[in-house]
Amino acid sequence: MGSRSTLLRDEELEEIKKETGFSHSQITRLYSRFTSLDKGENGTLSREDFQRIPELAINPLGDRIINAFFPEGEDQVNFRGFMRTLAHFRPIEDNEKSKDVNGPEPLNSRSNKLHFAFRLYDLDKDDKISRDELLQVLRMMVGVNISDEQLGSIADRTIQEADQDGDSAISFTEFVKVLEKVDVEQKMSIRFLH
Amino acid sequence: MKERLGRVEHSGRGTEANRGECREAAAAAALTFRGLGLRSAPAALPGLPGDRATSRSDLHRGSLERVRRAMDGADLAGKILSTWLTLVLGLILLPSAFGVSLGISEIYMKILVKTLEWATIRIEKGTPKESVLKNSASVGIIQRDESPMEKGLSGLRGRDFELSDVFYFSKKGLEAIVEDEVTQRFSSEELVSWNLLTRTNINFQYISLRLTMVWVLGVLVRYCVLLPLRVTLAFIGISLLVIGTTLVGQLPDSSLKNWLSELVHLTCCRICVRSLSGTIHYHNKQYRPQKGGICVANHTSPIDVLILTTDGCYAMVGQVHGGLMGIIQRAMVKACPHVWFERSEMKDRHLVTKRLKEHIADKKKLPILIFPEGTCINNTSVMMFKKGSFEIGGTIHPVAIKYNPQFGDAFWNSSKYNMVSYLLRMMTSWAIVCDVWYMPPMTREEGEDAVQFANRVKSAIAVQGGLTELPWDGGLKRGKVKDTFKEEQQKNYSKMIVGNGSLNSESD
Repeated sequence: MGSRSTLLRDEELEEIKKETGFSHSQITRLYSRFTSLDKGENGTLSREDFQRIPELAINPLGDRIINAFFPEGEDQVNFRGFMRTLAHFRPIEDNEKSKDVNGPEPLNSRSNKLHFAFRLYDLDKDDKISRDELLQVLRMMVGVNISDEQLGSIADRTIQEADQDGDSAISFTEFVKVLEKVDVEQKMSIRFLH
Repeated sequence: MKERLGRVEHSGRGTEANRGECREAAAAAALTFRGLGLRSAPAALPGLPGDRATSRSDLHRGSLERVRRAMDGADLAGKILSTWLTLVLGLILLPSAFGVSLGISEIYMKILVKTLEWATIRIEKGTPKESVLKNSASVGIIQRDESPMEKGLSGLRGRDFELSDVFYFSKKGLEAIVEDEVTQRFSSEELVSWNLLTRTNINFQYISLRLTMVWVLGVLVRYCVLLPLRVTLAFIGISLLVIGTTLVGQLPDSSLKNWLSELVHLTCCRICVRSLSGTIHYHNKQYRPQKGGICVANHTSPIDVLILTTDGCYAMVGQVHGGLMGIIQRAMVKACPHVWFERSEMKDRHLVTKRLKEHIADKKKLPILIFPEGTCINNTSVMMFKKGSFEIGGTIHPVAIKYNPQFGDAFWNSSKYNMVSYLLRMMTSWAIVCDVWYMPPMTREEGEDAVQFANRVKSAIAVQGGLTELPWDGGLKRGKVKDTFKEEQQKNYSKMIVGNGSLNSESD
């Protein structure tokens, strides 16, 4: 029998449940997914472990998504970090909106989902999407199929539409304003079963 | 005993004769000590001189008795071994030589099925709320959003880029991280209900004492009764194969040689299948691959070869291995023309194709057996068929193989287990149960290239075996995915945000 990583302790499971809002069975299933991805069997995932998933490797924004899992400057992500990032994509349930107004904002709130998307654009993490950063992300999405000039004009137009304080960059507030009519809850949620 | 020896050693006070006797006795004592596996030196104890004579004869008598007991033990072991071998010979080997079954394995399977059904019912009773877990094993963690890029980006052709476009890609990416179609095919299938094997016990908790007792009984039966029997059979099977094919290989080429080689192959394969407690159902035997054709099947484990060759003889294609496999390969090729390649030759596609073409051109030669996936997949899906085997020409005879995972997991996860531990796992499972469907022969149609033909055959096998069909390459088990897929996605996206006309034209 191959060696198995340590099983998930009950206390850890409860903490993750409180922090992310996933149910008991969902956390268990996601844990077995985590261990199956962890080829090194050391309880953490590296960037290579993610890149081994073919459907993620062919995603144009695959590298940016993988990056979102790793905290600043680190190369390994443990199960807590994994679940915390996944929690952003949990659907918002109606009964959650009224719960716990005093507590910290749930990870899957509209604002946190938008923050996740913002971070995909904000390459240097300075809370602003500059023209350069937007160009780089656009280049990732279109590959070699669009010329530099055309891409540049797309980026300029986007910033012009979003920018309100005139600094030729998009801040988080401006980002939220542009997307206020978009159904973020539906587009940034994954249907987890039970 | 030690005291006696101590006394013997001490009595060296006396005459020369005494000393000689003492040395003799001490030597005998040392020998017996070694014989008994004791390493400690006899302690020197003071003793009475009068005991010298009695101690020596006692010593001799003791050692004689021990030898007699050892001989009795060896005799008994010999008798057990010979009855065991006669049983094996009579009940298993001889019937397999004639292709006859005595029905013992059928009785075993019936008992096994009843036990597993009982176990499933008990587990269902014992887990009321958590029964949702059981269903989820076959359903999945998430419900994937299969909408294509156009719908996901909510736009018509020629719409502009929007900041929200990144939502679609991130959602797809996260879905792939949680559950993807490919990586799950390279590890064993999760069972819907536990089959009383420790290795499949992932999500199932302790239910009741009775169930645990049955499990313990199962472990005992599997490891202490079935495993020695199976290992004996496998040993006999493989030795018979090597010896038999070498002997047949000495004969000059004739129809007698072919008939004999078929007999040897079939008998040894049947013995080996019995050594795994294999129960195989062959369907549509009228479509069994004929001479001069190519037999193509989905690949789950090395045992696939065994399963197919039990019902007919094939010429195998593969790399020359070292060790035990190499010996078997070299012996087999003496009796009948298999196609073994050196590792260096495998890289040369033209050489491989040429040799295979020569083989099937000779209508007297046995059909070639090829696994176009190129690697072992976990029997829940069929992955991309490599086009090489479909370029050779000739008739393709597809065969679908589906194992029943309830009785034993046949998938070989080569990154986790080496061949020996894999075989041990096979031999300590309940049984290997599988269905083999022979399918009508297919040939390449007009205007169809090798890739399309390969896909057509793959779909046919997937439908027959009840497996999912995937376009992904089995080589992704070890290698990286090609960049062309990503480039395709990028191209599609670019078309959407600027329309077809203004794309950078790529030189063809």
